[in-house]
Amino acid sequence: MALLQISEPGQSAAPHEHRLAVGIDLGTTNSLVASVRSGVADTLPDAQGRHILPSVVRYVADGDPIVGDEAAALAHDDPLNTIASVKRLMGRGVGDIKQLGNRLPYEFVATEAAVPRIKTVAGERSPVEVSAEILRTLRRRAEDALGGELMGAVITVPAYFDDAQRQATKDAARLAGLKVLRLLNEPTAAAIAYGLDRKPEGIFAVYDLGGGTFDISILRLHRGVFEVLATAGDSALGGDDMDHALAEWIMPQAGIGENADHFALRRLLRAARSAKETLTGQDSTIVSVEGDHGKKWEGELTRAQMNTLIDPLIDKTLLPCRRTLRDAGLSTADIQGVVLVGGATRIPRVRERVGEFFGQDALADIDPEKVVAIGASLQADMLVGNKPDEDMLLLDVIPLSLGLEIMGGMVEKIIPRNSTIPISRAQAFTTYKDGQTAMSIHVLQGERELVSDCRSLAHFDLRGIPPMAAGAARIRVTFQVDADGLLSVMAKEQTQGVEAHVEVKPSYGLTDAEVEQMLRESIEHAGDDMQARALREQQVDADRLLEAVNAALREDGEALLNAGERKGIEDALTALRAAREGTEPHAIKRAIESVDSATGEFAARRMDAGIRKALTGHRLEEFSSEPAGGED
Amino acid sequence: MNLEAKDSMAITLTENAAKHVLDFISKRGHGEGLRLGVKTTGCSGLAYVLEYADKIEQEDKVFESRGVKVLVDPKSLVHLEGTELDYTREGLNEGFKFNNPNVKDECGCGESFNV
Repeated sequence: MALLQISEPGQSAAPHEHRLAVGIDLGTTNSLVASVRSGVADTLPDAQGRHILPSVVRYVADGDPIVGDEAAALAHDDPLNTIASVKRLMGRGVGDIKQLGNRLPYEFVATEAAVPRIKTVAGERSPVEVSAEILRTLRRRAEDALGGELMGAVITVPAYFDDAQRQATKDAARLAGLKVLRLLNEPTAAAIAYGLDRKPEGIFAVYDLGGGTFDISILRLHRGVFEVLATAGDSALGGDDMDHALAEWIMPQAGIGENADHFALRRLLRAARSAKETLTGQDSTIVSVEGDHGKKWEGELTRAQMNTLIDPLIDKTLLPCRRTLRDAGLSTADIQGVVLVGGATRIPRVRERVGEFFGQDALADIDPEKVVAIGASLQADMLVGNKPDEDMLLLDVIPLSLGLEIMGGMVEKIIPRNSTIPISRAQAFTTYKDGQTAMSIHVLQGERELVSDCRSLAHFDLRGIPPMAAGAARIRVTFQVDADGLLSVMAKEQTQGVEAHVEVKPSYGLTDAEVEQMLRESIEHAGDDMQARALREQQVDADRLLEAVNAALREDGEALLNAGERKGIEDALTALRAAREGTEPHAIKRAIESVDSATGEFAARRMDAGIRKALTGHRLEEFSSEPAGGED
Repeated sequence: MNLEAKDSMAITLTENAAKHVLDFISKRGHGEGLRLGVKTTGCSGLAYVLEYADKIEQEDKVFESRGVKVLVDPKSLVHLEGTELDYTREGLNEGFKFNNPNVKDECGCGESFNV
């Protein structure tokens, strides 16, 4: 009988249609696979309960290659057929390999092809094929553990990987029978594991000290997307170097010389590593090693002594940290969180020094060796759709613009789409007619220019605006979206302070598909929309002018105009009315201009008349330029 | 054995299942309990639903077993009466298993069943 996992409410899959997905940390030294089961992300162990798979592949003459611990154990006995650290070769050309040449123990096939090939007893193998063996092992482990075929995987790559290296990783996955949902940068995966992607924005540092490599990355979360601002590191610095430092301290005391045999040195390194691991939890430990000729040595190593020994190595990691900050133009005060990745960050001294450097405690609740795989599995789970719709929507950005209706059925956007939340934006509006005392506010969502093409969210009225001439009132409309995506719109009249407001949840009931459709339509109709908007704008201008000129004619037409002048204005108005009914914005604009010029003289006379009226009964002295002379 | 008379109609959790459910809910951070149900799909007619419950619906029947609130809607309850939910491991795979006395036959995989 199949074993079931607990789903999120409403997300139960149909039988045989479980959306199984994994995150894979394909590392230089070690690899891991993780998945979300019953809502909890964790790495998957093999049949022996081991979570970490050493990234080592051993080819044998007949039969399947051996991957993992069993291959690593024989690396020294069968070095030419045991491939380790193949990640360093991914996406590299033959020329690149020659540069790395003397550090690699493998025999490369002399070839004209761009891709290097390694000679093994099982034939020639490319780095992509070797990586595929590691991925295939993890895929099988995941399928056994999850009880079904995988829908896909998110695979992590270093932030500095170029396109060729990324493509090589994808090719390896395809060879291993995995569908790649996405390649994810390792530091980003670590940040996701800590849920940092749910924050509205921020700048984070990811300090990754593994067995043999060190990477520091500065990430900026902006609009729901992590951007790598700067990255640096040391490809030959890690926990292994700390083991060596401890071993060198033990050697003279235990009487082990430089010329000790291979096995003695290996025993020494093992003792050093286990002392290092013990000192993570304890303040001191007894180291016991067997030296040359079976001589046994025992001595105490304290954590303080170890700290002195490894401090120079930690100093070497802080240098790149300082450099990346400088490259990104930031100081430690700008960093809102530090994430620790890699087994060596378990060492208390490393945490202490990193914490001191960044001036804050680093995030370390999640096992630093698993954190990248866990972050990748969370992303994979989301990409195959095991999350409820409201979680799928990127709620830390606004998916569609928010705005309000203005005269002519147009939409004025107040908060543009993709703005990060929380956000607040305000804009001033005014009245359209003389003596207008109320304003209807229509809140809309969407990218289109016309009200009829956008989604209506709410209506409310602002009443009690003091009567004034059209355009004199100042109404400030504020749109505010809080961290939960709740929109509140407030309108406030500036002189009297009357206000009204409404609250809506803009994302409510909108699925990703609908959001996408709305966006697509806005792009398809972009041209039409601009045309429509231009027309409406001219129509609104025309209406305002018609209203104003008619009012002026009613008031002063008799007194200030002769019959001919009046007819000229009337004709221009008639032409404007006709153009306004058409669909040609330019024609309306021209008609507006001709009304403007036809009424220019009339407007000037009205102004003179107005001033004369105002001056009647006053003496010239009252208008002298002496400001203090008003009273006499 | 429990001192209380066992209600043959009740829905219960084994100790191992309860331990895992409580652990999962605490890691998830929120949730009223566990929702068990059936829906009509699958190759043998009915399929199990196993979900976190964020709110208790009015018509839900609520069982309490080993500290876990188990919610079942009345339509599903007909098919689930007396079910015991277990958590087991089969090879590398581990997960929940319905021991349902109402089942007449199930499809090969046991994800869907008939009563």
